Amino acid sequence: MVLRKTGYLTKEELVNSKCYPSEERFNKGPIAIVECTEEIPCNPCEVACKFKAIKIGKPITNIPILDENLCIGCGLCIAKCPGLAIFLVDKTYSDKEGLISFPYEYLPLPITGSIVEAINREGKVVSSGKVIKVLNKKSFDRTPVVTIAIPKEKLDEVRGIKRLEESKDSK
Amino acid sequence: MRVDDHIILGKDERKKMVEIKVDGKSIQAKKGEMIVAALMANGIRINRYTVKKKEPRGIFCGVGQCTDCVMVVNGKPNVRTCITPVEDGMIIETQYGVGKSNG
Amino acid sequence: MIEKEVVIIGGGPSGLSAAVEAAKRGTEVLVVDENLRAGGQLFKQIHKFFGSSAHRAGIRGIDIAIELLKEAEKYGVEVWLNSVAIGIFKEKKAAIKKTLADNSEKLEIIQAKKIVIATGASENAVSFKGWTLPGVMGAGAAQTMINVNRVLPGKRILMIGSGNVGLIVTYQLLQAGAEVVGVIEAAPQIGGYGVHAAKIRRAGVPIYTSHTIQEAIGKKSVEKAVICKVNDKWQPIRGTEKILYVDAITIAAGLKPLIELAMMHDCKCSFLPQLGGWVPIHDKNMESTNPGIYLVGDVTGVEEANTALEEGRLAGTAIAEALKYISFEDARKIKKEIWQRLNELRMGPFGEARMLAKNNILTSCKI
Repeated sequence: MVLRKTGYLTKEELVNSKCYPSEERFNKGPIAIVECTEEIPCNPCEVACKFKAIKIGKPITNIPILDENLCIGCGLCIAKCPGLAIFLVDKTYSDKEGLISFPYEYLPLPITGSIVEAINREGKVVSSGKVIKVLNKKSFDRTPVVTIAIPKEKLDEVRGIKRLEESKDSK
Repeated sequence: MRVDDHIILGKDERKKMVEIKVDGKSIQAKKGEMIVAALMANGIRINRYTVKKKEPRGIFCGVGQCTDCVMVVNGKPNVRTCITPVEDGMIIETQYGVGKSNG
Repeated sequence: MIEKEVVIIGGGPSGLSAAVEAAKRGTEVLVVDENLRAGGQLFKQIHKFFGSSAHRAGIRGIDIAIELLKEAEKYGVEVWLNSVAIGIFKEKKAAIKKTLADNSEKLEIIQAKKIVIATGASENAVSFKGWTLPGVMGAGAAQTMINVNRVLPGKRILMIGSGNVGLIVTYQLLQAGAEVVGVIEAAPQIGGYGVHAAKIRRAGVPIYTSHTIQEAIGKKSVEKAVICKVNDKWQPIRGTEKILYVDAITIAAGLKPLIELAMMHDCKCSFLPQLGGWVPIHDKNMESTNPGIYLVGDVTGVEEANTALEEGRLAGTAIAEALKYISFEDARKIKKEIWQRLNELRMGPFGEARMLAKNNILTSCKI
């Protein structure tokens, strides 16, 4: 797998894998995407989901499979993944835009309403985005979850924001 | 440079400061922190110079095993600054070679 | 001479775990640690651990340390800090150089019924021209500086090594506010987990596989690094040199078990590179070839905190059984569950080599 060489999965690899939600499901509402493709002994995501949408079973090295029909897109799994590999995508936000929620463990945290640079899995800026929500609940155990609105066509690509400088757009 | 605020560690709650002298210069250090950390926070990265070639050395292993960070502390040489906490009034000097002892 | 039922040398996750398991059944346990605080490497592991949710996965290392210390206190484990085990001698005698409250030192000889060696491992060094310059340090040292001492070892950092330590410490350096200009890896592929690599790629940190460091340059401390490509024999390729302006270089090139005390007591060792080099061998109870001397954690092979915790539990249970604080049948059940969890933690492509090596150890210990 190219991941072993480059350190990131390509959009094509993921979209074509059986782990990626169908377009039909995307058009129904928000859904989690578990971008975890290697056999590592790890299962907090399975335990985190109240709707039992993520399945690992035994042995715990099994790659997690998300059942797109059971997932309601609540996003609670995002903060629970030790690998920070789970994202929430909402392609139904508006006509032109969609939402992507991702774990963000850096300071400064972005401010709701600010404009940020959205990055892809390679860390390249591919779009600008608007910060819709920043959640840092106690139950997240210091893994804040940031939600940004970006152009719909970028939703399979964008997985975060460029880290912020101390002075601008910060809390 | 100190990490005053951190997403996981939170804000640095250590407020008590002590004063130490490093090669004659007074420096503020956080009470109880390791000597090497106080020095690094003040931009000092050289702890000693080697015997033969007089080359600079600084922290390497960080756990008290390699002795690259040793300095003369209160007159006593070969003190591993990565595992020794500061004390108010401590006198710290760059060690040259095997170090001089004041007795 | 003092007498203690069990002396555990090393208060990291494996040692504390063994202590808690034995003490909760009534065993008299003393943990000896050379540091000012027990917890081993846990206090710098600020990330959430992988593994089984049933056994502390998803919890940050620092919080596991706090939990363990609370449990140790709850079960009456005695702890000597700032105390170095300078030797263990025939018939389970331990010599401890204890530092007292007034900073004076005292030598204590302890006659134990069982000794547990939980001394862990230390970082490997990779030497290259200029490696002695201030600013070049182990990745673990950098991790201690940022997560425990809260001081940055540099502002622009080059990480050598793309195993899990290299990738995780890179991430933590970013969290502390440093810039990591790159991670270099001599092998043609990344060593650590894809998800760790993915995090730092998202943060814009390049990973240079098939690259090595040629030289660190600077007058009084690191000012720049020269890296270059290597061929499939790991030899530098001329003309591929690249200069990176950095003020710190952190080395994450693996760890090696600290086996001196085990060797001192004539514990048989095997050379297993998959586990970090020379390791003292043990049986299914984590007992060495020397009856009454147990081994747990990284000293038996470099793995992870969760395997260290399980091995500690195993030895603690076996010791409680040997000292008759728990029945054979109860111990058998507990040990079986622990082995199931250990085997699970060693599954998959990342654990394969360690699994084979550990099986090798168990087999050779039967002979």
